[in-house]
Amino acid sequence: MMKSKLNLDSAKIAHARATAAGIAKDMQEFIDSHTTVSTERTILRLLGVDGVDDVETPLPNVVVDQIKEAGGLPRGVAYWMGNAMIQTGLKPQEIAEKMAAGELDITKLPTATSKEAEEAIMPLVHESLKRIKAQTAKRNEYIEKLGEGPKPYLYVIVATGNIYEDVTQAQNAARQGADVIAVIRTTAQSLLDYVPYGPTTEGFGGTYATQENFRIMRKALDEVGEEVGRYIRLCNYSSGMCMPEIAAMGALERLDVMLNDAIYGILFRDINMQRTIVDQFFSRVIIGYCDIIFNSGEDNYLTTDDAYEAAHTVLASQFINEQFAVLANVKEHQMGLGHAFEMDPEMENGFLYELAQACMAREIFPNACLKYMPPTKFMTGNIFRGHIQDALFNLVSIWSHQGIQLLGMLTEAIHTPHMHDRYLSIENAKYIFNNCKNIGDDLIFKEDGIMQKRAQFVLDEADKLLSQVKADGLFHTIEQGKFGGVKRARDGGKGLEGVCVKDEQYFNPFIPLMLGGAE
Amino acid sequence: MSNCCTTTASTTVDLTKVKPYGDTMNDGKMELAFSLPVPYGEEAEEAAKQLLKQMGMTEPSVTYSKDMGGGFTFFVCYAACQQTVDFTSIHVTKVEGEVMDRVECGEYIEKNIKRPVVVVGASTGSDAHTVGIDAIMNMKGFHGHFGLERFKNMEAYNYGSQVPNEELIAHAIEKNADAILVSQTVTQKDIHIMNLTNMVELLEAEGIRDKVLLICGGPRISHELAQELGYDAGFGPHKYAEHVGSFIITEIVKRGWQKKEPLK
Repeated sequence: MMKSKLNLDSAKIAHARATAAGIAKDMQEFIDSHTTVSTERTILRLLGVDGVDDVETPLPNVVVDQIKEAGGLPRGVAYWMGNAMIQTGLKPQEIAEKMAAGELDITKLPTATSKEAEEAIMPLVHESLKRIKAQTAKRNEYIEKLGEGPKPYLYVIVATGNIYEDVTQAQNAARQGADVIAVIRTTAQSLLDYVPYGPTTEGFGGTYATQENFRIMRKALDEVGEEVGRYIRLCNYSSGMCMPEIAAMGALERLDVMLNDAIYGILFRDINMQRTIVDQFFSRVIIGYCDIIFNSGEDNYLTTDDAYEAAHTVLASQFINEQFAVLANVKEHQMGLGHAFEMDPEMENGFLYELAQACMAREIFPNACLKYMPPTKFMTGNIFRGHIQDALFNLVSIWSHQGIQLLGMLTEAIHTPHMHDRYLSIENAKYIFNNCKNIGDDLIFKEDGIMQKRAQFVLDEADKLLSQVKADGLFHTIEQGKFGGVKRARDGGKGLEGVCVKDEQYFNPFIPLMLGGAE
Repeated sequence: MSNCCTTTASTTVDLTKVKPYGDTMNDGKMELAFSLPVPYGEEAEEAAKQLLKQMGMTEPSVTYSKDMGGGFTFFVCYAACQQTVDFTSIHVTKVEGEVMDRVECGEYIEKNIKRPVVVVGASTGSDAHTVGIDAIMNMKGFHGHFGLERFKNMEAYNYGSQVPNEELIAHAIEKNADAILVSQTVTQKDIHIMNLTNMVELLEAEGIRDKVLLICGGPRISHELAQELGYDAGFGPHKYAEHVGSFIITEIVKRGWQKKEPLK
């Protein structure tokens, strides 16, 4: 290991990591014994069930809701679908259509054994995995052929609310130098317990994450990637009530980056914690399997809490997100652990603290694709100062070797970016990244100086917090409001009614195969 | 008058005819930045200049232009504005009244209201942003201005984001609130206007609109807009918990709500 520039205690890092692993493992027992409506709908989507009924309810919801009402959810949809295939000779999509038309009650058919049902469904499972692997191979082919931008990847957002307008903005952003395009999702979607269908042309604050929108943007970015000679990555949100379903759609439509956090939805969207913890597991198994980079949302703690005082909660949460990811077989290079440049710009030596913390994250997670988030909370509408704040943020990023740079916009706090706002931000980052390329390799920090002490302090505090979380359990910690200063009840929030205990014959054919890297 | 007579006419501002100031009185100089959906080139620059002239500006100069790709060009321009405004005739609708600090608010309640003041708030509708409501309500507040939760004699309940208006009203009734705070950050396609209007309609339907102070806030909210929409007050940028708190408690006294009946 490289010598720590911050003089961090490697034994302490190992202890914190081991503690986080224990926290994640404790939760895994809960996860393994439960399933959710969204986890079950994900299985259907992976089996090719798509479309909506005559009142716009997505067919995966139709099927899962009917099974749930009949009390069949604990057995899992894979069983019921496999059984229905045996009894009717139909494919999952046809079965779903018949259920939507009221022509089939899937739980009232004669029942085969769970082994027979699994055998019936397996060819489709393998077919689905082959489709996903073909998309992963296609990404690799593109990167091989076109190449990609250097790290930190320049990440910008498009948020017009119209997917076709988003395409115009995204392609121009790529021409201006962007490496990752995040299509902002309308804020209302996180609490919908279904994934909307079809293209969005009139969204508020963004578009819906739909499979059709994914397809439209993927095609546009492949085209512009060919034009500029660089693979352009596509990002969307595997979060909210439909976390794993959207991960499956992302896998099928070759998204490259997905916002996905084990506890974000609990804290910031008030989604029930049991629901989220179970959902995040399947979503991450999918993400791990198809080589998507996930982005965790620790930056958000710093918008609701103080960025200086709460720095250790970010680090503790990164450790927990890392260990949940390990259990889902996500590789280190796919771990876009989040953090942010959010200290009050009027704070004396704030830059030094930001730099210390960013370098600390890099040293503690040396192979992670760290996702660094720009100033938002203290952006004022003074675009001139805002541009300088973003410049300091860019300087920290190149210095500390971040993986993904979510570019700050000088017009943050005013509007969703105008086309030239994005250009100015990209130009700002490129100037600094080039001008200071190896600054981090050349400069070292003063022994026991402000920066070393700051990083050591944050690590100490994070380690203590993790020990506390381990002793109390993750659910209890969240109940106490230790993350982001937000308190949530174990049985509170949205979506608890969609969680159930699995019965003994339950199976999810995708999880073992994906964890094992099948196909 | 002695000062004014020592300066020349051209350097004295005429408040009835105010123009932008660059480095000389009445030079009218303004900077502008925008994109046009036209391909980069000399024609694009000319288009930008003509646009500025049509805006009533003279001496337009494109100091920088850049190809945005896809048939778009970005411009940075300077020009001299010829329009003027009469500063002496300006009237702005503001939240009236004295602003007390956190401690003074607590004392004011103790002395003049003699019971806890109850405030409920949320970012309602589809809006998922809590930064505004947190800045006003949460203990920590924003930028060194503590939030309402930290005010003495005040009970503040922040219900977070994406709360349906109906639900926030139900909370207000349950807590017998003196004031309801509605935060709106997303303003794309005027969604905030629709949501804020919906809140007023719901309160009227419940028959409690005149029994509770209704206040909105957000980066694009002004007091004038709030009043147009039927709110008692609106708070935009650079307004903190003490502004909101002072308004609430002085209104309570003004309206004689010291002994307030239950909302329902």
